[in-house]
Amino acid sequence: MNRHLLRRFLGRLGLYASVLLLVSPAVLFFLWMLSLSLKNELDNTAWPPVFIPNPPTLDNFIDVFAKNDFLTYTINSVIVSFSATGLALLFGVPAAYGIAKSKAQKAAALILIARVTPGLSYLIPLFLLFQWLGLIGTLVPLVITHLVITVPIVVWVMIGFFEGLPGELEEAALMDGANIWQAFLYVAMPLARPGITVAMILSFIFSWNNFIFGVVLAGRSTRTLPVAVYNVLTFEQISWGPLAAAALIVTAPVLLLTLVMQKEIVAGLTAGGVKGG
Amino acid sequence: MSATVASGPRAYGRRYWMFAVPAALIVLAVILFPWMFTLFMSVHDWKVTGETPFVGLDNYAKMLTDERFLSAVVRTLWFTTAAVVAPLLLGVWAAVCFASKFRLRGLARTLFVLPMMATPVAISLVWTMMFHPQLGVLNYILTSAGLPPSNWVYDTTTVIPTLVMVETWQWTPLVMLIVLGGIASLPTDPYEAAILDGANAWQMFRHITLPLVWPFIMVAAVIRLIDALKTFDTIYVITLGGPGTASETINILLYQTAFAYYDLGYASAMVVVFFVLILLISLLLLRVRQREDLR
Repeated sequence: MNRHLLRRFLGRLGLYASVLLLVSPAVLFFLWMLSLSLKNELDNTAWPPVFIPNPPTLDNFIDVFAKNDFLTYTINSVIVSFSATGLALLFGVPAAYGIAKSKAQKAAALILIARVTPGLSYLIPLFLLFQWLGLIGTLVPLVITHLVITVPIVVWVMIGFFEGLPGELEEAALMDGANIWQAFLYVAMPLARPGITVAMILSFIFSWNNFIFGVVLAGRSTRTLPVAVYNVLTFEQISWGPLAAAALIVTAPVLLLTLVMQKEIVAGLTAGGVKGG
Repeated sequence: MSATVASGPRAYGRRYWMFAVPAALIVLAVILFPWMFTLFMSVHDWKVTGETPFVGLDNYAKMLTDERFLSAVVRTLWFTTAAVVAPLLLGVWAAVCFASKFRLRGLARTLFVLPMMATPVAISLVWTMMFHPQLGVLNYILTSAGLPPSNWVYDTTTVIPTLVMVETWQWTPLVMLIVLGGIASLPTDPYEAAILDGANAWQMFRHITLPLVWPFIMVAAVIRLIDALKTFDTIYVITLGGPGTASETINILLYQTAFAYYDLGYASAMVVVFFVLILLISLLLLRVRQREDLR
């Protein structure tokens, strides 16, 4: 083998070793999570640890739903995340269009400030406000505060998307006598559908994952899943199997969505450096 | 390039700002109102019940002598520094790896991104189980490798490094994605010239890739800085600031002050100071972005 080929071979080997080293912490972590959730309590507290559940059991998952009101929490999470995402699209997409078309850099900067502010700084005043309004214990405060996460994500992703669209088609529509609202609704919107998908997925995921707003604002029956997993399970039972099963139930929709829509998600994340909360 | 709006013949008829009015109203209600109200509360002695007398800048003065707050600030800065540097180094390395073509690259990249998409509370609970000193899988791995076991988050000296490890595991993918976006936009000719000149991989990285993607690394650094300062979920779930106050960052102390001790006035003053700190850094972010836009 000549030197050039050897160097190439070593380079490839180094690359594969690096990728393996980088990816394995993520993969092993989620496999261990799965393993914990499929083992009985005896195996979960065994030393040395039991790695492969034998036999695997679904008891932990059944336990989670049987002993707790997990169905309610799941419904709460679905309602909150879908409402917050839907409202964010309704308000955020036109806003992003307006900002992109009028090249309002200052408005874009304002969105960035929302991205930068710690969630707790909204929570103290809003907590009092919702208390005065008697809304604590309903899902309304959760939907409203989740807008703090979802609106900036939608606006930020969509500004980039609208700026990338060619303006000629809307221009032609305007020349034909359409007003800007029609140009937006019938020309720009259909073209922006891929961008809307990205914005929708990201805003849904980060709303679903949110913990801090729920921890402060949710009542006993209005907990979202992340809050329920933390509050209910860690205090009322300390066994690892059900805890891991519950954690998996909470995060499984998000992980599946990421696996299925990886291209869209990567595109959106790269564009905005988006993160909720 | 989209059609120029301002110079068009019908420009005066296109009031695009109207599209932003509903969203602006929401921002005003959910973001601006809380800010104003926080400022208002920060100059009052505000508990949840009872009178709320005006106390001027007392809450701010209290911070200067509050040992617990001051150590939280120092702790936050040390946690943040480590939680920026580690993901940055690993993220650039990962981006370089994922920029080259290899089999199953798409799958590998998706798996690598999973930690940042997963629900923070869920992964925090699993990490907590892994950190268990007697039964945790991490100590099994350490002892199997012939290393001494660690007390992870149950020891005041190891708790912050352990939390930095979780943060790094979770957020290295974001750095990777941003830097990868930068590498993808690079021209290929410098590399072709370098290969002809017999440059090796390290030389190409050091003298071509690194200078060209530097603006992207800076963007990733500032985003990471802001997120690390704001870290809440993982610390709250894994340690709740403990043991003692060994991992109590500003954000955790803030939460405790407001929602465990219900000292809303003092907590509001802390929010203001914390926000100013973050805002200074976000101005840095804007500058970096502007420079990027010029390119």
